[in-house]
Order: sequence, then structure tokens, then C-alpha cells
Amino acid sequence: MSATGIGAAVRRKEDQRFITGRGHFTDDVSRPGQVFAVFVRSPHAHATITRIDGKAAMAREGVLAVLTGTELAADKIGNLVCGWMIHSKDGSPMKMAPHPALATGKACYVGDPVAVVIAETLAQAKDAAEAVVVDYAVLPAVVDPAKAQDKGAPQIHAIAPGNTIYQWQLGDAKAVEAALRGAKHVTRLDIVNNRLVPNAIEPRAAIGEYDQGTESFTLWNTTQNPHVARLVISAFVGMAPEHKLRVIAPDVGGGFGSKIFIYPEEVVALWAAKRVSRPVKWVCDRSEAFLADAHGRDHVTHAEMAFDAGGKITGVKVKTIANLGAYMSTFSSSIPTYLYATLLSGQYDIEAIYCEVDAVYTNTVPVDAYRGAGRPEATFVVERLVEVGARELALDPVELRRRNFIRSFPHQTPVIMNYDAGDYPGALRKAIELADLKGFGKRKRDAARHGKLRGIGFSTYIEACGIAPSQAVGSLGAGVGLWESAEVRVNPTGSVELLTGCHQHGQGHETTFAQVVSERLGIPIDNVSVVHGDTDKVQFGMGTYGSRSGAVGLSAVVKALDKIETKAKKVAAHMLEAAEGDIVFKDGTFTVAGTDKSAAWGDVALNAYIAHKFTGAELEPGLKEGAFYDPTNFTFPAGCHICEVEVDPETGITEIAAWTAVDDFGTVINPMIVEGQVHGGIAQGVGQAMCEHAVYDDNGQLVTGSLMDYCMPRAHDLPSFKIDTAATRCPGNPLGIKGCGEAGAIAAPAAVINAITDAIGTENLTMPATAQTVWSALQKTGNSRKAA
Amino acid sequence: MSAVAMSVNGKAVTGDVDPRTLLVQFLRDNLRLTGTHVGCDTSQCGACVVHVNGKAMKSCTVFAWQVEGANITTIEGLAEPNGPLHPMQEAFRENHGLQCGYCTPGMIMSAVDIVNRKGNDLDEHTIRHELEGNICRCTGYHNIVKAIAAGAKAMSGAPK
Repeated sequence: MSATGIGAAVRRKEDQRFITGRGHFTDDVSRPGQVFAVFVRSPHAHATITRIDGKAAMAREGVLAVLTGTELAADKIGNLVCGWMIHSKDGSPMKMAPHPALATGKACYVGDPVAVVIAETLAQAKDAAEAVVVDYAVLPAVVDPAKAQDKGAPQIHAIAPGNTIYQWQLGDAKAVEAALRGAKHVTRLDIVNNRLVPNAIEPRAAIGEYDQGTESFTLWNTTQNPHVARLVISAFVGMAPEHKLRVIAPDVGGGFGSKIFIYPEEVVALWAAKRVSRPVKWVCDRSEAFLADAHGRDHVTHAEMAFDAGGKITGVKVKTIANLGAYMSTFSSSIPTYLYATLLSGQYDIEAIYCEVDAVYTNTVPVDAYRGAGRPEATFVVERLVEVGARELALDPVELRRRNFIRSFPHQTPVIMNYDAGDYPGALRKAIELADLKGFGKRKRDAARHGKLRGIGFSTYIEACGIAPSQAVGSLGAGVGLWESAEVRVNPTGSVELLTGCHQHGQGHETTFAQVVSERLGIPIDNVSVVHGDTDKVQFGMGTYGSRSGAVGLSAVVKALDKIETKAKKVAAHMLEAAEGDIVFKDGTFTVAGTDKSAAWGDVALNAYIAHKFTGAELEPGLKEGAFYDPTNFTFPAGCHICEVEVDPETGITEIAAWTAVDDFGTVINPMIVEGQVHGGIAQGVGQAMCEHAVYDDNGQLVTGSLMDYCMPRAHDLPSFKIDTAATRCPGNPLGIKGCGEAGAIAAPAAVINAITDAIGTENLTMPATAQTVWSALQKTGNSRKAA
Repeated sequence: MSAVAMSVNGKAVTGDVDPRTLLVQFLRDNLRLTGTHVGCDTSQCGACVVHVNGKAMKSCTVFAWQVEGANITTIEGLAEPNGPLHPMQEAFRENHGLQCGYCTPGMIMSAVDIVNRKGNDLDEHTIRHELEGNICRCTGYHNIVKAIAAGAKAMSGAPK
């Protein structure tokens, strides 16, 4: 391993600009002549819009335009779409309601944009937005997914009777019924997977610009996938032909899924820029973001797990109602289906699994992928069933897991996925040692002496990452392929620009991608620049989400580097007057095998461009290669997280006393960065388990609509984490990478709730397990007095 | 409009601003010092922390006119231009105390302030509680805590 190659904890190349305040985020971009957009949003969850009067707003100083859905439709700006078709079990297609960027006719959630004001300054635009008069006839609203399909529930879209988007199924219902009938024991759980707000610390922003001379648009946008944004805004929204729209995603301050989607505001910024012939900038306020960014999770589930007399899991049956909010966001349909039910086998050898998912509209902000996206929900179901099952069977939860682990690969689950490699007992064993499970009994007794209840919880999770094999996802309804691209441009001096279709918004690609190039070409990491986030520079790419950048993006890089090496060997062969087949490339030097004749990387690069050693008939000058890589399977990161908590029975205050994580991510490029990804994921998972909750009242008002009300985990809510890996190589891609971005968020909620329920002695605990929730749960047990 | 004058990163600056202009807006929009970020609108996240007369302050909580005549230091002014980094900046890089980089300027400015108030030998408990006013969504704070402890130690040998 070289000091900057694969496996080295290289300090990040991108940090210099961030630690000195020289980052370049969308809100830092200022275009000459730019004006500002402020949206007028519905204060009602469900209301007919009877009148929009912008005259008073237009009369205010500095106001250039007040625009509504009427003008949007007149300009033939198309609707936002969901790009993944799901069919119901009766074969009917999902019911996708029209989603205009500005609501027309009626507003369907609090925050639904109904008009936009464009003014010279932000303050003028804000003032004028207050002066836009909108008359609403308020309609009854439905916010609870469990009530959306009730008879008499308010109907949100005519296309979707009963607010039902689809009724989908996966697996073998009959086999599962038989397993349940024949079971020695069945564990049954009702689970609410709480609704979350992603809250990347950089609020979303967009600047639209229109060049009348070239009739082309530019969009600066806080997006995780600029090319997908361009494709959708051109092909579906119809803003401009694809080659007349440039999308730039500069530094982006966190995404966690919420910046994947194509949102109304960026469409409107582009459209308005042409209308007013000025660049139009929109920057989201945080409280506005609560009403404008796609939320995550929000499942209501009943789950059953069948066990035989030996504690072997024989079947799993799951029924979930998934809240997709008021409109179908870009990838919303796929999250509670193919990213959820396909993981219900967990790490276990289970013969029969059946899952039904009803997706429903409610009068809430649209719901889509949030870190983990379907897989945290699946892991929570499986890992709670296993833990509770063990308790009900009076079996050690570790032992129950061991009895059920998949031990040979490849392993075909009953729910589509074909696991390629893993060592689940190995990760568990290592985690148990690291967590000092042997000492837990003593720690529990010590805690009891101090009046505290100590509990331990396990989560042996699995996820499907490396998203995704295009043909496979196409057969499941995806509207796009999910390959990745890379282009390696070698300069005459031997330095390299690496272009990738992935996008970094915290992941450190500028470092890890450069490490792979550095190792392969034997050049210093500082001689490699990673270029991403601009559709005028990178030809096409699918962006970053689903822990895909390493497994898919770096595989494309390797493929392009293979081609570079092949071409460079041809150049070297001409320089060294040898046969191409005799050229060996190692550590940045080309050697003629069996001789001392060699050429350095830089010399070969230069010769590729000066082209003095070969004719045009023999070899094409230059050294630049591109590649598209389409994975052949998902990757399957897995691992074991162990959480220990101490609960104060008098107050319900719960402290995470220790956290151990042993993950299998396959090959690790940069352990420092991978550990950071795990830390952040765990924090978000702990946030879900212990404090975060997007709460709507019955009228559809978001009660937790700011950072004052929505509890984000702070430094003092979390411990330091013990992190290790137990890697098995992923056989499906050239570097053996599985992906690490979502693991923590997937594993953590079940580990926390398993630990708290272990401590307090009741399974009747909902997320988030706040002090009040824990205290209330304790009151229904005898344990509130036992310890104290 | 009202005239404001202050010293920012050692330079005298003036501006003619709408009276409701926040300090963070003055820094970002008027002076184009965009290292100071806005992450919320309720003074929770701390992405906008700067030093006002040597003390950490959330620049979204004060109007520009309220700091008339003050000495302001932003993330851009923490180290000398083209000089070595401030030890706390270096500690954040060395300890991977940042991912997306958006909360980072506020974190570093808060961290320096913690050291100024609490000294160079900071335990984990103290750091975690002192970070009450700064939210990071990426790192889970683990490496920020390490970075601040290391940066605090390094600051004992360097001018603050």
C-alpha cells in the first residue's frame, strides 16, 4: 500500500477550502444582475385556491413579477414526475397525480407553493410575498397514513380513489401462511417508522439564468445528481432541450437523499429567469425547508415472524402502509417497495417471506429517499422481530441470530436479492469482543446500584447498495439506468483530471477517487484533480446516493484506467521500440519485460501528445479515455452494531453508554473517511430512534416546523463510537467495494430500541424514544420502581 | 438605509444597508465574505458563528448596525492570508472533523472561542456540552470532538 493509495487514511484534498471559508456553495454564487425569488406557500394542508391577486405585490418597490401556476401552464412548463413505475398486485399502474411546480386549482399540503414573487432584493421579494392575496376554501385534510384509506377520508387526487397510489406485493403469500400455521412460535409487532426531516445543514438553493443569445439555460443547484436534474427538467418538464440546459452543482452541503429530487423551486427559478430576463436566485430558509424538502420514512407496519422449535425462522409476513405525502416525489415509489421489501430477509436464511405495501397520499410534504431509504425501515422490522422473538422464546438474541445466519454464498433470498458475499457470524463475533459483551452483566449491576437501568441491543443489518444494475432495476420499474461514468484525462505533463458522474456532498470523492488513480498510475495524489458536478464538464452520470459512488463510480474509474493503461502501453512500446505485449507497467514506470529499458509515466504522457515516436497511421495521439460501468448485481454491506444504554427510571432520560460497530464494506479506499461515514450514519439513526420526529396535527400543520421544534442530535446526545470492519471482498466489482454511506443510519435505530426495551423490560416503545416516551413506557411496567 | 462601519478581519469596512440587514448578510452579501454560512433561521445551527470583539457570536442574531465599530473576525480572517493555518483549522483537517464543510466555519470559530474560555486541556464532556449551539448533520460529532481537543492543545503553543 502506498502512502496515498488504496487503504491509506489520506487527509482530504477538499478540506483546505472548507476550513478556510473558501468553499463554493450555491448561495455563494452571485450572478451579475441577479434578482430574488420568494415563494408564497399554502398555509392550509388541503384547500381550493379560489383567487390569487398579485396586484398589491406588483405595485411594491423592486418587484419584477408575481407568477402563478396559470402562467406556468400557459408557458407549457410540464409537471414534476416520479421516475419509478410500480404496479399494484392487480396489475394496474401506480396512480401518479399531476404535480405542477406551482399549485393550480388546489393546494395539497402546508408549504405547497402557489405563487412566486421576483424582486430586485431578497427583502423586497419577502415583503411583496406577504402582499400576495390568496383566497382559499379550506378542505378537510388527512395526514395519518393509517387513516388515508378510510372510508370518508378526504380525497386528495381524483386519480387515486381512497388516496391509494398502489397496493403492491412481493413474495409467496401461501408459503408464509403455511409457515405461520406450522410455527412453534410467532412474534407479532406493530411498528411505526417515524417520519423524519433530512435537514442537511446547507438549505437548498437554486439560481436560474437564461442567455437570450444562445437560447440556453444554466441552473446552479444544490443537487446530488446534476445530470438527472437536467434530464428531468428538459425531457419531462420541458424547460429546454437537454443540450441547452447546463446544471452546475457546486459544493453541496450535505444531501442524505433530500437533494436527489427534482423540486418545484429549481424549475421555477429557471422559468422565471427567462420571464424576467435576469438571473433568478432562490435560497431556502430553514423553516421553509421543513415544508419544502422531501421528508423520509413514515411507515405503519404490522409484522410477523414464525419460528420453529429450534428457534429457526421459518417465515416473515409484513404489511406496511407507506406515506408518500401529497405528491409523488422523484423516486418515492421505489423506496417502500424495491428498497424495502427486498431486504426483509436480513442476514438470515428464511424460506418464506411475503410483504404487502400500500402507498398512500396524505396532505403532507412529499416523502422520498432519506439516508438508507427503505433499508432502515426493513432493518428495523427484521431486527426488532428477531430481538423480540429471542426474548419471547427465552433465547439469547446472539444465539438466535447465529442459528439463522446465512453461511454460504451466493445466497438467493425469497425477495429478489442474491447476496454475493459476507461473513455475518464473523462480524458479530468481532463486535461482541469489541463491545466486551462478557462484561455487560457487571455493567448492568453497577448501573442498578446507581439506580439506572442498563440495556444492550443488537442490530445485525444488511443493505443493498451499489445502486444499481440497470437491466435489473429496469425490469422492476425504474425509468433510468443506474450505471456510472468516468473519464480520465491525462495532461501532457502527466497530471490527471478525473471526471466522474458521481457528486460529492461530504463523501470526500476528491480524495478517494484520486487515491485510486494515484495507486494505479503511480503518480502523487496531488497530481490528480477530480471534476464533478457540472453537466458541461462531465458528459453524463447518475449522481451520488444509495452508497453507490465507490461500488459503481469507482468501478467506472477503474474501467477507464484500464483503457488508459492499454493506450499508454502502446505509446511506451513506440518509445522503447518494443512490442506492445512486452511492456510492463508498474509503480508509474513502463518497462520492457526482461530488459532495463524503461520510460517514466510523465514521459509517456508527453509522448502521447507530442506524437513524435509514432505516425498517425500507427496510433492516435492523446491520452484520454472514458468508460461506463454497469454493475451486475447490488452490493451487500452488512455488519453488527451493538448499543448499550442507561435509562434513568425516574425521568426516562436515556444515555447511550457505548456504541460498537463492526461493518463489512468490502475493500476500503480510505479508512478515515469510511469511519466518518459510519459515525454520521449512526448519529442520524440515533436521531431517528431517540429524538427526531416530524409531527403533524390533525389539520395538517407541521408542528415541528423549525430547528426549535424538531430535535436534531447535538454533540452531547451522542457518545464516541467504537468502529471496526470485518471485510469480505465484494466479488461483483473490480475493487471489491460494497459501500458505506448509509450503514449507520440503517443499523442504528433497531440497536437503540433493542437496547432501551432490554433495559426497561417492555417492547411497547415507539420511536423517537424521548425521555417522556421512555418514562411513559416504564410506568406500564414494574421496572420504574425496581431499579430506583 | 443606514451607514455601518466596523473592522472585519483587520480591515476597516463601511456599508450603507437596510436597517434590518443582519451581520451575516452584511458579511456575505456586502463584503462577499461567504465563508460564514446560514444554516437556519432560529439561531440553532451555529453555521454563522463569527467573533465579535474576540467572542463567539451567531451573526444571524444581530443586525449589522448593532456591531457598529466592533472588531469582527470571520473564518477567512482566522489565519493570515497565505500564511499557515490556525491550529484549530489544521486540527479539523487532521482529525477529519468535517465532511460537507457547511457547518465547519461556525464549528471552527466556536471551537476557538471554547478554547479561549475554557483553556487548552478540554475533556470530551466539556467539548460536547460547549457545542450545544452548533449542529453538524454529517460527522456524528465524533471527529469534531477529537479535532477540538487536538486543536486546543495545539493552540497552547501558538498565538490565539
